[in-house]
Amino acid sequence: MNQPAPAPSPPVLPVSLAANPKLSAWLKFSSTGQVAISPGKVEIGQGIVTALAQIAADELDIDLSRVQMIRASTAASPNEGVTSGSLSIQQSGRALRHACAEVRRIFLQQAAERLGVDIDALDVEDGTISGPGNVRTSYWELAEEVSLDRDATPGTTPKIASRRALAGNSIQRLDIPDKVLGRPRFIHDQALAGMLHGCVLRPENARAKLTELKEDGVRAVAGLVAVVRDGSFAGVVSETEHAAEAALNALRKGASWSDGEPLPDENDLASFLKAQPSESTTIDKKTAASPGTATRTIRRQYTRPYIAHASIAPSCAMAQWDGDRVHVWTHSQGVYLLRADLALVLRLPVENITVEHMEGAGCYGHNAADDVALDAVLLAKAANGRPVRVQWSRQGEMSDAPFGAAMAIEIEADLDAQGEIIDWRHSIWSNGHAARPGRAAQPALLAGFELADPFPRMISTNPPQANGGGGDRNSVPLYDFPSWHIESHRLTTMPIRTSALRTLGGQGNVFAIESILDEIAAERGEDPIAFRLRHLRDERAKDVIRAVAARAKWKPEKQPGIGHGVAFARYKNTGAYCAAIAEIEGAEEISVRKLTLAVDVGEAINPDGVINQIEGGAIQATSWVLKERVRFDRQRITSTSWTEYPILRFSEVPDVEVEVIQRSDMDPVGAGEAAHGPVTAAIANAVFDALGVRVRDLPITRDRIIAAMELTS
Amino acid sequence: MPSVRFRLNGAEIEVDADPDRSLLDILRGQLGMTGPHFGCGAGECGACNVIISDRAVSACDTPLWSVAGKDVTTIEGLGTSERPHPLQRAFIAEQALQCGYCVSGILMSAAALLKKNPSPTSREVKEALDRNLCRCGSHNRMVRAVLRAAEEMAAG
Repeated sequence: MNQPAPAPSPPVLPVSLAANPKLSAWLKFSSTGQVAISPGKVEIGQGIVTALAQIAADELDIDLSRVQMIRASTAASPNEGVTSGSLSIQQSGRALRHACAEVRRIFLQQAAERLGVDIDALDVEDGTISGPGNVRTSYWELAEEVSLDRDATPGTTPKIASRRALAGNSIQRLDIPDKVLGRPRFIHDQALAGMLHGCVLRPENARAKLTELKEDGVRAVAGLVAVVRDGSFAGVVSETEHAAEAALNALRKGASWSDGEPLPDENDLASFLKAQPSESTTIDKKTAASPGTATRTIRRQYTRPYIAHASIAPSCAMAQWDGDRVHVWTHSQGVYLLRADLALVLRLPVENITVEHMEGAGCYGHNAADDVALDAVLLAKAANGRPVRVQWSRQGEMSDAPFGAAMAIEIEADLDAQGEIIDWRHSIWSNGHAARPGRAAQPALLAGFELADPFPRMISTNPPQANGGGGDRNSVPLYDFPSWHIESHRLTTMPIRTSALRTLGGQGNVFAIESILDEIAAERGEDPIAFRLRHLRDERAKDVIRAVAARAKWKPEKQPGIGHGVAFARYKNTGAYCAAIAEIEGAEEISVRKLTLAVDVGEAINPDGVINQIEGGAIQATSWVLKERVRFDRQRITSTSWTEYPILRFSEVPDVEVEVIQRSDMDPVGAGEAAHGPVTAAIANAVFDALGVRVRDLPITRDRIIAAMELTS
Repeated sequence: MPSVRFRLNGAEIEVDADPDRSLLDILRGQLGMTGPHFGCGAGECGACNVIISDRAVSACDTPLWSVAGKDVTTIEGLGTSERPHPLQRAFIAEQALQCGYCVSGILMSAAALLKKNPSPTSREVKEALDRNLCRCGSHNRMVRAVLRAAEEMAAG
């Protein structure tokens, strides 16, 4: 008997628009021919503001020059949570596309009424609405009589891809001219009227408590306005930045600290991670219909160290009190989330706090942006209503901000007599990868843990798998192995502060999966690309692998001292597809000569922006793989400068070629984190190709290569 | 307070300040010139690079006294929106940055290079920028932009 066909599911609003349905929150027309677009996502150096402007201009049929992009603020912007996870195009982009399409329709209805013509006979060109008989009006003329203080409704259909004039094109970014002309655009470069400068005193030893603070020395420093102390939180406010730094130096001399809390052995992270108390979760389980017989098991362990965000700018914020209300300027990734945590610390209703975004330097995850905002708020309490600016030192940025979490990953693969994988077990030991503000009943901000009446130190957690997971991100294979068991052990102690860094656990898991696969393929004598293609079912996955293979002319002829490696991942298993081929050169010391990548982000709104993100991700990942490791002894973080925490330099940067597979009819996804995992594993696999050794502990340094060679010999 | 005289972006200037203070501190603080950026305070990242007598130098570890009588050029003196320097035009054309915080220092290193060597190779550009750090991974675009500016300048 035939089942009745299921009713078509009713149209739904994009998620950000459903959460913020009022159309006027997203866009406003001026009578002077401009439209103000207010996304809840923020520019963190990724070019998002331009891509969102393209989407809005396209849907409204206006010239890009009429679009004025408004910085997010809790005073007026839609609440889109945090700008992270490569979700801005997906969330803000879809919401804006829908909102603008609906607003266009609302204006057309109004125009049809006013002009007395049928709505379907109307056309829009650069905001001018015209119809038969040369009748015309415009958004700007109608702006006063059309209210957008109404909720968006589902069912509006945005333009089809082929009718978009801007999306899909490499429009020049709107923020770049200011930046190359040296105009003040960063929060660091803003000066508010009457602004004072603050500095916070922090201990060298991890979590040491301030036991005594003698203030006589600092009181003598010129320009001092106030000394602030609340428990172990202490700082100064001065008339100038220079005076504040001098005061801080004097304050440091008068401070005594407790010993602090011990740190793990930096040279044995895997043992440390595995020995800690943890919360274990089964991430995914697949059972074979007819299990094969294992003749052999390959077991490998991979590690990655703690990694610093290491923005070129130290974090900065400004705050100004007016009675019991405070205004905060920040480069945080989430103005509403920061506000929620500030409210917890200050014990104030959120309505008393306004948090406004200003651009900072490149942000690669949860760095010190939120911490410094609370520092500024606390110091500004002593400033009699004057604004206070706080900028962390390089040393503070490299030691007190959260790090990307260290990971130990074990994979066991059972092979049958033919060397085919018949079972797969993947286990992760790591601290959580997220301790962002605004998501818990307790605040996540550093100074909150230091107050006389302190909040408990937050232990990082992992986002659920439905949101891409945390330490377990990208741990479920996309390959068609018959059975698997994936488990994650999240540490419940946290001697070293961790939170979100680009890809969360994705980089570590892709490194592990793609390394062991390469090893199994090599043992079988099978080409690693053929091996992957044979185990993939998703055509988009296969397409990026085929594209990168063609582009890099896989496999180039073997030359002494040169190696090639390939790797693939789909970020979060739901986002961008990316395949990478690395070409490396060297013996004990290696250099990456070239990276070739192919990527599929669905509809690429700004293809050059996508290439820029993939290129940047690939180069940053190369830096992580070859150089980066947060250093510490048993008391304190020791990699507090660029000398002790080196990153890739111009002369060490590989050539990078990126091919974007444009799929205009597919939903767009973000590009910022797609390259890190594949590039990491491709480099490691290229090292094996060149040198015949597998380095399974990141970073791949001279010492690690020598150690791997000794193990092999 | 002692005073130090030097030329800043072509104009004679006299600064009353402790001569041991850093040039960057004076530029950004006292003079409100925020193009050179603070990155590390130790001359390790190049975000604050300025040109002093034809050489790109980090302003954060350059004491004020050392520029007495010299020519100092900051990003603000490189070009304007009406008359951008070829390097600035090329950085826009190549979309040669992501966050752009390091770029004012990088432009100064590149400008000093092109003055000394108007037609550098890609390797020479990389060498000249090797003391400038970029965290977003825009290096290759920046190198392309410098080469493009060099070509444009050669063509007049």
